[in-house]
Order: sequence, then structure tokens, then C-alpha cells
Amino acid sequence: MQDKLREFFKTRFAEAVVKEDTFRDQLSFYVRPDALLDVCQALRHDAELDVRFLSDITAVDWLGHRRESEGRFEVIYNLYSLGHRYRFFVKVLLPAENPTVASLCDLWPSANWLEREVFDLMGVRFAGHPDLTKILTPDELEGHPLRRDYPLTWEQPAFSWNKDEPPEVIK
Amino acid sequence: MTAESRTVTLNMGPQHPSTHGVLRVILELDGETVVKARPVIGYLHTGIEKTMESKLYYKALPATDRMDYLAPMSNNLGFCLAVEKLMDMDVPDKVKWARVCLAELTRVKSHLVWLGTHALDLGAMSMLLYTFRERESIIDVYEACGGQRMMTSYIRIGGLAHDLPRDFDKIVRRVLDQVPRGLRDYEDLLTKNEIFINRTKGVAVISAEDAIEYSLTGPMLRGSGVNYDVRKANPYSGYENFDFTVPLGKNGDAYDRYLIRLEEIRQSLKIIKQALDGMPEGPYRAHVPGVVLPPKEDVLYKMESMIFHFKIITEGFKAPEGGVYQAVEAPKGELGFYIAGDGSNTPRRVRVRPPSFVNLASLPKLVEGRLFSDVVCAIGSIDIVLGEVDR
Repeated sequence: MQDKLREFFKTRFAEAVVKEDTFRDQLSFYVRPDALLDVCQALRHDAELDVRFLSDITAVDWLGHRRESEGRFEVIYNLYSLGHRYRFFVKVLLPAENPTVASLCDLWPSANWLEREVFDLMGVRFAGHPDLTKILTPDELEGHPLRRDYPLTWEQPAFSWNKDEPPEVIK
Repeated sequence: MTAESRTVTLNMGPQHPSTHGVLRVILELDGETVVKARPVIGYLHTGIEKTMESKLYYKALPATDRMDYLAPMSNNLGFCLAVEKLMDMDVPDKVKWARVCLAELTRVKSHLVWLGTHALDLGAMSMLLYTFRERESIIDVYEACGGQRMMTSYIRIGGLAHDLPRDFDKIVRRVLDQVPRGLRDYEDLLTKNEIFINRTKGVAVISAEDAIEYSLTGPMLRGSGVNYDVRKANPYSGYENFDFTVPLGKNGDAYDRYLIRLEEIRQSLKIIKQALDGMPEGPYRAHVPGVVLPPKEDVLYKMESMIFHFKIITEGFKAPEGGVYQAVEAPKGELGFYIAGDGSNTPRRVRVRPPSFVNLASLPKLVEGRLFSDVVCAIGSIDIVLGEVDR
């Protein structure tokens, strides 16, 4: 399966793949953000690879780490091939300013809630999402809690005891 | 009268007994038919993922118990396996066997609660009392192992919190003895019960294609006949050594899911029996100096162990840079942990892929165009725990 995937990316999306990475036997392909939708569409409809299952979408914030220079946000698409029983990742690196990537809601309905969660907690925007609204945090909460610069001890919405205090950022 | 004005918007929850916690569903009804359903979640969001980022790896573990509080051991197992994968280490056979045994006990326990509450939602009041009777015997095992009845945190990174209790074999065999007797009672009460069949057969149907598109896992996916069980597909913790079958449904309705969960209890008992019979001797923790805590006996008498103990407790261990994903078959479906290490002693990111969250997203698909009374059955048959949905 690994070879088939490499072959797939090499023949069809050679210029879209930024780099390839293997960590603990898990294969990841970093693709350019603008190519993501095409890559996923091709994977989804490739009969031989049989990647019909979107397991998860998540994101990592690399603020303050040396990886930040490549792109602060790493959005991870966790794809699974039911036929080959093989899991691999398609990853996208996004800049700190206005991180936006195409939505996969048209390919997988399950992407709807997963993308909403990433948007709510990490602040990554998904272009073309039908209903990109908050899902877990209260409506009046400002900011995106899973970002590394979101203060850990600050309670929001403000309660009486911390209403006027500035938040203390813990790193 | 126009078509739009005929619909009524009805709010269900968040304080509604059949939503199994604090789930809110906004329903648009046309008479008794559901036109649109919109689940609203987040009432129990506690920021567990954010909390874990600021903790040392082994200190983040107790938070996992509190996500799916009906299946704490499965959550422990998923997190520990993910960290072990990140640290690239292996655990002794005895640990693997014990973990399989405990994870399967957890599955039985979770399914029993599901069965009781689902039947309660559908009007079979007495089921809850019977299933909780059998569940008690499993909680006794928890208590003997971890000292607590629910949030045990017994499975630790690199092994177990302490050795299995001396009478482990005896008390688990008591479960093996009691649960099958209970299962016979449940089957007598429900499987051919006309009211139960009418309420569940052909209700909350999802086809195999849709189930895959909606990324459903666990009994929700297998109820539609798709053969995907993480234990068989990508075995972990030595599951490849056990003989069991994965029950599959045909119709993808609530009744098939009921049958599957009952059969899964039986298969789990079969696995537990094999694990007990073949339980190897050996240490209950891996020997990885600097990462896994040394056994307490050694800490009291050996200088080196004491130093490692001190160092791990105070500053933890540094994990390499990179992300790993480890999935386990939790009672509700594929529970995954994506842990990104950044070279420090705390995780950069811990992502939990909660099966309930993903499965719940399919609720509109299950109920739209169906009768209002089926919504309760659909929510019940998804088997959600809001602690896990919201984290």
C-alpha cells in the first residue's frame, strides 16, 4: 500500500506534495493547501487505493517551535483504506495569518462537524464549509482555546473574580 | 396555509432524560414527522485536550478516564498505547493480556449500561435494574484492581499501576459466570418482545455507503454490514492472539445494533476467558529506565530505581518530535489518540478522536423524514456519552 500511495502521488500530484514523512511506520504526505481538495477527491474516487474512510481531521499549533517557520498550523487529515486496512495522513501547513484551507464537506459529510471543531478550537477556516460556526465553546467566548497563545488560567466568560484582571499567559 | 408555516420548531434537551446527558436537539416538525434535526453540543466541554497539553505525559492520563466515563479502561488503553508508540517501546506479555482482559470487561460494562438505558428510553423500565445488577460484578473487578469503582486510571504508560490483585482470576470468573445468566434474562425480555421490535426494527436506518461516508465506527458501522473492527483490522495489544468473531448486521437499523451489542458481549466474554486461561507470568511494567516508573518495591530498596522514580515524578520524560495516531476499538467505536510530541516533556497536542462525536453527527441523517418518537430510539442506538462528545 505504501508503494501504491507513493506511486499515486508521484504520477498525479508530483508538484503538489511538499514533503513526505514516515514516523513510527506512519506515512504522511504534506501537500500544498491549494491542492488539498484535488488530492482528496482523487484519493476518494480511486478504486484501487479504496480510501473511502475519513477517520479524523485535527490541527496542531507549532507556535514558538522551530517547526513554526514552515507554517504555524498543521492540519492533519487522517485517512483510512477499508480495503487495504491501511492508515495514512495528508497534512497541510498553514501560515499564522488567516489560515484557510478548502473544506471537504462535499466529499465526506462527516467532515462537517470535524471541521467545525477545528475552526472552533484552533481557528483554522475552511473555505466552502456550509455552516462554519462554533460547536463546542459557548457563543460569547472569544478566541480559539487550543491555540498555544490562548491563556490557560483565564476563565472566559469572565466571572466576578477575574473580570478586570488581564490574563496571565502561561507557556 | 403555506408549507413553511405548517412546521413547528421543538427544542429537545439539554435537560431531557433520553438524551443521555446534556445533548440538545432542535427539531423541526411537520405534524409527527421530523423535517430537520440539528444537534447542539458543547454543554459539557471541559477542555480536556487543552488541559493535557500542560501536563506531563503520565499526569495527563487521569483526564482520559473522565471522557467516556462508562468505559474508562478503554480510554486509558488508547492513550497509553499512543504514548508507547511515540516513545517506541514495548510492554511485557502479561501487561498485554491483562489489558485485553480489562478492555473487554469494559466493553461488557459499557454495553450493559447502554442496554439498560436504551431499553428504559423505549419503555422497558425493569431492564435497567437487571443490567446494573450484572454491571456490579464488573465494577468489583475495577475496585480490586484500581481501588476505585469508576475512574480507575489503572492502565499506565508502560504497564499497569500495580500488579493484578491476587484474587483477580476468581473475581473475573465470577463475571464470566454471572453475565451469561443475565444475558439470557435480557434476551427473554427483549429479543422477541413485540413492543421492543416495533420500536426498533426499521428505525434509524443507515445504509453501508452512508455509514462509511459519515465515518461511523463501532456497532453503528457494523450494524450496516461493514466489517471494520480495529481489533481485527489493525490489531493492538496482542489481539491477534485471541479467537473471536466480529458480529455484523444486515439492515443497519436499531434492532440490528441491539443484536450486535448483545453478541459483542458474548464475544468479549470469550476473549476474557482466553485471556484468563493464558495469562502469562512476568513483570507488570516494562523496564524502560527514565520513562516508565520502576516498581514500588525497587524504589524502596534500590538507589538507581529511587533516582529514576524521583526524576520521572518531578520532570517526566522527553518525547521525540512527531505525531502518532493510535486507534483502539472502544465500546462505542474507533477511539483514536493523535499525540504530537515536540521534544519537551509535555505533549504539543493531544487529539482525541471520540467515536460518539463522529457517530452523533449522523443523527440528522437517521431521523429526518421519520417519526418524532423515533428520535429517542435513534439517540439511544447511537450510544453516546456526552463526556466524550464534548470533552
